[in-house]
Amino acid sequence: MKKVRGTVIIKDDSCKGCAFCVEFCPTDALHLSDRYNAKGYRLPELLDPEKCTGCGLCGLYCPDFAIHGYIIKKVA
Amino acid sequence: MPEELTAELEIPEAKNPVESLLRMERMPHIWCPGCGIGTTVNCFARALEQSKLDLDNVAIVSGIGCTGRVAGYLHLDSFHTTHGRAIPFATGMKLANPELKLVVYSGDGDLFAIGGNHFIHAARRNVDMTVICVNNLIYGMTGGQVAPTTPVTAKGTTYPYGSYDPPFNLPYLADSSGAVYVARWTTYHVRHVTKAIKEAINTRGFSFVEIISPCPTLYSRRNKLGDGLDQMNYYKENSEIRNGADTKEVGMDFQGKIIVGKFVERERKTYRQLMNEHLTNVFGDQFTPYEG
Repeated sequence: MKKVRGTVIIKDDSCKGCAFCVEFCPTDALHLSDRYNAKGYRLPELLDPEKCTGCGLCGLYCPDFAIHGYIIKKVA
Repeated sequence: MPEELTAELEIPEAKNPVESLLRMERMPHIWCPGCGIGTTVNCFARALEQSKLDLDNVAIVSGIGCTGRVAGYLHLDSFHTTHGRAIPFATGMKLANPELKLVVYSGDGDLFAIGGNHFIHAARRNVDMTVICVNNLIYGMTGGQVAPTTPVTAKGTTYPYGSYDPPFNLPYLADSSGAVYVARWTTYHVRHVTKAIKEAINTRGFSFVEIISPCPTLYSRRNKLGDGLDQMNYYKENSEIRNGADTKEVGMDFQGKIIVGKFVERERKTYRQLMNEHLTNVFGDQFTPYEG
């Protein structure tokens, strides 16, 4: 197993599907999934957990405070 | 993230770091999908967090409009004022309590059309406050009328064949009125926005940050420019960072180049300093300088 450096937490109910996080992820770790939330917005998803560096830029872009990234300190 | 991975990892508290600065009970907010105002609030909350200010001493004032709702969503002393009058209310608060850090957070229509007069006079007097203008180039909440910042040839409900009103160049207006800090960024430049807000809050005097933001529902839709994401990509491709540029030359054309950067940083005496100095000169020892 490769090292997992960081990950994201997505609040499904807050997301409005604008895809800013997907577009501006520096490592292209996110993609728009086939899941929809209760309001019908298409949700982002971590495509490749090994690509995520936990930089948190998605969280800075998110207009709905629905996603944030963090660095995992303890690597399993 | 797949379960077989998360099972072995230590997951910290699943809380967004800006949540402590927001009134989460009011979420989700009213802004449309693809609107940039939420991104600016995110940057503002992070800038406040990083600046390590005493948050009991920070007050946020906003007027009416989409951006005017910001005051209601931030967990600070907030003040939602009448249309265009955010700056006079903030001036009053500053005079009553000079210790307060004041942030006026409003849109382009509120600050420059209805409250344009107040803006230039607060800048002229150099009242110590930070003005953050989220400029979406149109009146959003009222239904897409042409605003004083709408570029020529852009369509709005009141100009269905395109606007021919020459727009305001906001950094030039702020600069020539006497602001001590003037910067312009777009919602694409999140790190720069955060830094600019941090610098503006720490600057003594009238500081002004303009943030160009997409309006997918009215501006982009009427002008057939796609959604919020397309506007963000336009900002990414067509903005040019030119720090210290002459503010005369940073006007905006319809879908043209956007010149961003920190344009002005200078020192001037604030309103309270000027008052205290002048009255001390006139009255000598009889006058006690006003410190709040």
